[in-house]
Amino acid sequence: MTHHIVQLSYVLAAILFIFSLYWMNDPKTARRGVFAGIFAMFLAVVSTWIQPGIIHHDWILVAIVLGFVVGIPLAMVPLTAVPQRTALSHAFGGLAAGLVGAAKYYLWSGEGSEQLTTFRMTAIVAEVILGFLTLTGSLLAAGKLQEIKWIPQRPVTYPLQNVSNILLLLAAVGLGALLVMDPTGPWAKFAFPGIIVLAMIFGVLLIIPIGGADMPTVISILNSYAGLAAVAMGFVLDNKLLIVAGALDGSSGLILSIIMCRAMNRSFTNVLFGAFGQVTAAKADGEERVYKSETIEGAAQVLEQAELVVIIPGYGMAVAQAQNRVRELYDQLVKRGITVKFAIHPVAGRMPGHMNVLLADADIPYNDLVEMDEINSDMPQCDVALVIGANDVVNPAARYDKSTPIYGMPIINADKAKTVFAIKRSKNPGFAGIDNELYFQDNTFMLFGDAKAVVGDLAKQLSGGSGMH
Amino acid sequence: MMQKRKSGKVAGRAARALAGLGLALIVSVGGSLARADVTSEDEPQAISESGASMEESVPALTPEAPSLPEVTTNVASSTAQATNEHDAHAPVDYWSLLLVLVLATFIGIGVIGRVSRLLHTPLMSLTNAISAIAVVGSIVVTGADYPLEIRMFGAVALFASMTNIVSGFLITDRMLRMFKQKRGGAKQ
Repeated sequence: MTHHIVQLSYVLAAILFIFSLYWMNDPKTARRGVFAGIFAMFLAVVSTWIQPGIIHHDWILVAIVLGFVVGIPLAMVPLTAVPQRTALSHAFGGLAAGLVGAAKYYLWSGEGSEQLTTFRMTAIVAEVILGFLTLTGSLLAAGKLQEIKWIPQRPVTYPLQNVSNILLLLAAVGLGALLVMDPTGPWAKFAFPGIIVLAMIFGVLLIIPIGGADMPTVISILNSYAGLAAVAMGFVLDNKLLIVAGALDGSSGLILSIIMCRAMNRSFTNVLFGAFGQVTAAKADGEERVYKSETIEGAAQVLEQAELVVIIPGYGMAVAQAQNRVRELYDQLVKRGITVKFAIHPVAGRMPGHMNVLLADADIPYNDLVEMDEINSDMPQCDVALVIGANDVVNPAARYDKSTPIYGMPIINADKAKTVFAIKRSKNPGFAGIDNELYFQDNTFMLFGDAKAVVGDLAKQLSGGSGMH
Repeated sequence: MMQKRKSGKVAGRAARALAGLGLALIVSVGGSLARADVTSEDEPQAISESGASMEESVPALTPEAPSLPEVTTNVASSTAQATNEHDAHAPVDYWSLLLVLVLATFIGIGVIGRVSRLLHTPLMSLTNAISAIAVVGSIVVTGADYPLEIRMFGAVALFASMTNIVSGFLITDRMLRMFKQKRGGAKQ
């Protein structure tokens, strides 16, 4: 009887998980999706727990309580830290899969070699490799995102990097293949931990050459791995609900990775093995080029005359904590009947969709957040493009200059606007380490300074300034 | 409109990549089965079975109307099949597991391809929480009558999954609550 209750609740949970993701297609129904997911999870946990085979309850309770104790603060992090939190939860997902795989291996090998069939052993090896490489890779990614001091932010490269990485992975897979053929041989007790160690090293080496601008893609790929690890766990435990949920997670990571790669005009292999961001400082040739700068008052006057203002935010805006000032500026402009839109590049921010969340947090209605593809056709009608903390995603060199690393990357056509204001802290180039052609255009004026201060001054000028002139 | 078409294209590309991956998986698992010499007469049939349903599921995902109910029942019926992981000698039904994986992946691509781009960050934390369904495996390993060391592995895995569930759902909801339409404006 319990068996049927468990299976029925698993079926319901699978259906609810699918609807949960389906409802994410619109912000209006999205919260329903969360509730469906919570309900499904509750069903699955309770029905698993009441099975007659579960006889020790103390540790289950303790682990669940600890999960709440750690999980609740993790859900309260500031929104700029959401990418780190996400990477950390990929790590937890990988850890869970890896540990369950190891537990099953030791359990079955203790019960005799006939338990470790070829199929089970293959699945366990896949689960353990995916789980532990996701664990260390995600921890490292989280460390990079958190900007922990002893973790290098810039890509770390060394000779024969890709070759040695692939050899390492092959070694882990080779050990796995040996174990599949002879799961309880005399050397198996070394081979199994060996696989775990190799997978953990591989996870670190896989992420260490990736830096800066590629973090959104990396997070998506790790998401995919975490899902695949859950799928492998489903194969080990012969549990179809796990396979369904893991496959949903894995395909989500895959789609997001493809979107991120396309938004940077790069391939998977290029992201994983290309070591982006360490590119040539050599291009800095001698010729001094001149920026034109503009005062706050002047910029405010131009903004006042505009009909359509497009604000192009980048991660620099979030670093400067300027979101709320941006909203004040938005309010001032909207009050004057000016149309204000935000142009969101897919890789703005540090994970897919990050910029939308940061702006939504500042109370900017999502109707005014417009994707790159949609806004680009409107850019020639745009009176003022205001670039805040974005750099490479508005660099027109991506369209024509084959020598830049960002060549071919789709960009927001800020340069087509009648006037461009770019707020920039200093004259340093962006992530890709290259000059931005946009800044030297005839219609571009720089507003140097901290984004928060500059935008705040602009908003103040607009609110008070109208009476003074 | 534009966005729908674009995400459709991404989904299509992903589906093609996956069809290839799925085939490779079937071939490789088939190969390892042949080596293990288990249920060799079932094999050709099983291959043609999963191959056919893969072909069916592709057109089901491409049209505008998400034909969710049919696809879910598919998964539902195969999930409903009795499984008992404690029974060592009942052979695991690899093929139905693989079929579930292939179908669920296609559903995933179809559904995720439609998710609003505004919500990609909450989407990731939501799928994170959902894949923490690994909690069911951890509960079994922690609570069953297994040796102590093995149950310790399970307890740590259970803690990790539970953390993902709690923080994943909470932060997703927290982010989704922030997405508002125009203030004061008429709701469309």
